[in-house]
Amino acid sequence: MQTLLFLILFPILVACLLLFVKRTTLRYAVVALSALAIGGASIYLLVQYAFEGAVYFAAPSEAAGLAMLAIEMVLALFIIYMGAKFRNYPAIALAVVQAALIVYLEMTFPENLQAAHNLFIDQFSIIMALIIGIIGSLIAVYAVRYMETYHHHHPEVRDRQGMFFFVTFAFIAAMFGLVFSNNLMWVFFFWEITTISSFLLIGYSETDEATRNAFRALVMNLLGGVAFVAALIYLAATDPASGGIDLARVLASGDTTLILVPAVLIGFAGITKAALMPFSSWLLGAMVAPTPVSALLHSSTMVKAGVYILVRFAPIFAGTFAGFSIGLVGGVTFIVASAIAISQNNAKLVLAYSTIANLGLIAACAGVGTHMLVWAAILLIVFHAVAKSLLFLGTGAIEHRIGSRDIEDMEGLIVRMPKMAVMMFIGIAGMFLAPFGMLISKWAAIEAFVQVPFGLIFVAILAYGSAVTVFFWAKWMGKLVTVTRGVERIEKGFLEEPWAPLYIITGLVVAAVFFFPIISSTLIEPYVLAIYGVTTGLAQANIAIMLLMMALLLLLPVSFLLFRRTVKHLPAYMSGRPATADLRFAGSLGMTREAQTRNYYLTDYFGEARLFRPGAVVCTVLILASWILAGVAL
Amino acid sequence: MNGIVGAVLFLILAPLAGGLIAGIDRKITARMQGRVGPPILQPFYDVGKLFEKESVVVVTAQNFYVVAYLVFIALSGAFFFAGGDLLLIVFAFTLAHVFLVLGAYAVHSPYSHIGAERELIQVMAYEPMIILAAVGLYMVSGSFYVADMAATTVPAILYLPGVFLGLAVILAIKLRKSPFDISTSHHAHQEIVKGITTEFSGPTLGQIEIAHWYENIFLLGLVYLFFAWNPVIGVVAVAVTYVAEIFIDNVTARVRWQTALKGGWLAALLGIANLAILSYMMIGGA
Repeated sequence: MQTLLFLILFPILVACLLLFVKRTTLRYAVVALSALAIGGASIYLLVQYAFEGAVYFAAPSEAAGLAMLAIEMVLALFIIYMGAKFRNYPAIALAVVQAALIVYLEMTFPENLQAAHNLFIDQFSIIMALIIGIIGSLIAVYAVRYMETYHHHHPEVRDRQGMFFFVTFAFIAAMFGLVFSNNLMWVFFFWEITTISSFLLIGYSETDEATRNAFRALVMNLLGGVAFVAALIYLAATDPASGGIDLARVLASGDTTLILVPAVLIGFAGITKAALMPFSSWLLGAMVAPTPVSALLHSSTMVKAGVYILVRFAPIFAGTFAGFSIGLVGGVTFIVASAIAISQNNAKLVLAYSTIANLGLIAACAGVGTHMLVWAAILLIVFHAVAKSLLFLGTGAIEHRIGSRDIEDMEGLIVRMPKMAVMMFIGIAGMFLAPFGMLISKWAAIEAFVQVPFGLIFVAILAYGSAVTVFFWAKWMGKLVTVTRGVERIEKGFLEEPWAPLYIITGLVVAAVFFFPIISSTLIEPYVLAIYGVTTGLAQANIAIMLLMMALLLLLPVSFLLFRRTVKHLPAYMSGRPATADLRFAGSLGMTREAQTRNYYLTDYFGEARLFRPGAVVCTVLILASWILAGVAL
Repeated sequence: MNGIVGAVLFLILAPLAGGLIAGIDRKITARMQGRVGPPILQPFYDVGKLFEKESVVVVTAQNFYVVAYLVFIALSGAFFFAGGDLLLIVFAFTLAHVFLVLGAYAVHSPYSHIGAERELIQVMAYEPMIILAAVGLYMVSGSFYVADMAATTVPAILYLPGVFLGLAVILAIKLRKSPFDISTSHHAHQEIVKGITTEFSGPTLGQIEIAHWYENIFLLGLVYLFFAWNPVIGVVAVAVTYVAEIFIDNVTARVRWQTALKGGWLAALLGIANLAILSYMMIGGA
């Protein structure tokens, strides 16, 4: 239990310390050392509990509960103050409603709010802890130098780095708390901390746009928070025999129709936090924040809290119409967001839509909730966290070099920033190509959905969705590898330090393919076995094939050596006109003209304007349907 | 053990069979157009000559991507004839095609760039249907392994006529035949500049050609799985399907990419309708 408490409390300690550190070098030392400690502790956690199954701890609840209540009230006051300051009345209203509901809950059912075990750890929590502890803290390390450069580029933004790193580490602590808590009151407390943290980080630059988007994120997540409290009240009000607010007992409860109502409400909170449609706009708006914030929100924190809770409740959703409906929300989100990604040329928006799509897929797996789908969902969470954090950090580094986040401007990156281009290449490959993890999970998901009644609709969604996914990633990759002539190499002069996190995460993307059979057999499969009584995994033959493919991919670059000698270079074909290597050709009247290449964005078919609203409407209907279906089942 | 034999046989024999089929294809095409046509072995002479040519490149990296393309096409086909998981094979083929596309991007040439984009549109057009074909064969044979699909005694085609028709549509894309040969074509009358292969020449173009032969054999193998319960009917059906594709190739002209995309996706819709009826029958009591 000490490790768990360390992982929750130590980041808070670091956060408070960082409030007072002003010099970048000192801050870098503090952040790097604590990242090492947090990452190390999460690996120690793995060693300690990987083979133990679920372990429960009766952490002190009286004092902690009171402190949490006090903090919740202070935070509600803070939201009301901010809402009043920026005239955002929905935020005030929701904060008031939520605070009132919490007070009502505490006053009416004080005796039902105690769980026998407040903390716990199982294989799923270990996986989440590793993601938070390793990816999250690497992003924090990267952020130190990034923020220094950021303020250099944006002198107009007020320097509040002390606050920035305080919130970042508080965020990490809250995520640890969330995945370790067995008392749903505690889960809710940490849930709210992540909401406030993201609000503060998104609004960091204090521009009108940032403030507006921060409030949008806040309002949408508070909506989910209200649903969460409603679920808590429902659980506290029903017979404690069906579980009360003890997560493990709720999940194990035989009274599934009774539990389905709070599960759907908490699922709704998960949908808002995971930015599924119609709540995707908060995550899209969040890209106004400095890039490390996006990396944090998209990969290891925030949205992952949303899908974590959905996957936790998957056994309750399994086989119910309400769960199926939630799964469809995910499925529709997956296909619509993937399609819209085609029409985007802003790298961060492509990444954001791809995140939304993958969260949708995870939600689809969790909503339908069979054992194979839960296996696929956890795998998706792991691989997505690793690859997506790399892509965001890479985009941030590129943006600081080339002054743009437009994919068209990344043409020829392989010449201008070779190391960075290779890392981005690996990150993108990690998102959609065999034998990398995301694809393995999609493949497993298709094979799992076929075996579910009415699963065909998800198979169809996945079939179209993966086709669309190939298109938007491959054309980005194509831009990166285009060999342009006559451009300058601009990689040098970059501060040394931020590369370390990038190298490590790139290594993790590749290593994940090799270690995934072990991750699956030691962590995911036992977890699925414990919950469902059956388990699943990939067949040995398929694992062998994947490892063979990966080994080949790593070997193939050696073939470059073969081509060294065969060099007769000609300029590209320009309809027979005299041309130079940098795509200039002899036009009419003796003029030299330049040809340019641009990607297809197919806006008429896949534009945001055309697809977003229909997707949001369908998902809203499906969410309402999930509530009605849960109510009817009662 | 059978699997390894199948894979090795494929790696050795597929280029020979693929080249031969290409030769027959050209002969039949010529006859349909009222010409005599080249000798059956002409494709081998052509590729042989390509390998004798000087290696000329725009950028050195383009060779790398084509080698990767060839290696992964051959490997994916080998997994198929080893009896592996059909979905994994489909995704392995996607990986191979992405390499070809990246090669075309890498050269930084206007024609090759457009060819690459159009190739990606083709991938987007055929991918849903090919995944659904794998799912359909699973629903009939109860396994995603090609070995089990080939050994099944159930006449898959009777359960999957819609899936088969859909597959026939996207087969035109994969075989680079009209009306869906939007990224590059075998025929000079379709285009003056060779789309995705514009900047590839000599041995590199030869490798692309061999990869294409490998892939065609895989595609015919996929067609065979629908008739696998009876090998004789299977081989005849494969031949008939291929001749039908040649016929369509000769009576249609290239369409725009919009039509190609819609065509591929509507074919997939047909496949979904078929699978929906099939799963209704399976649940419903048939």
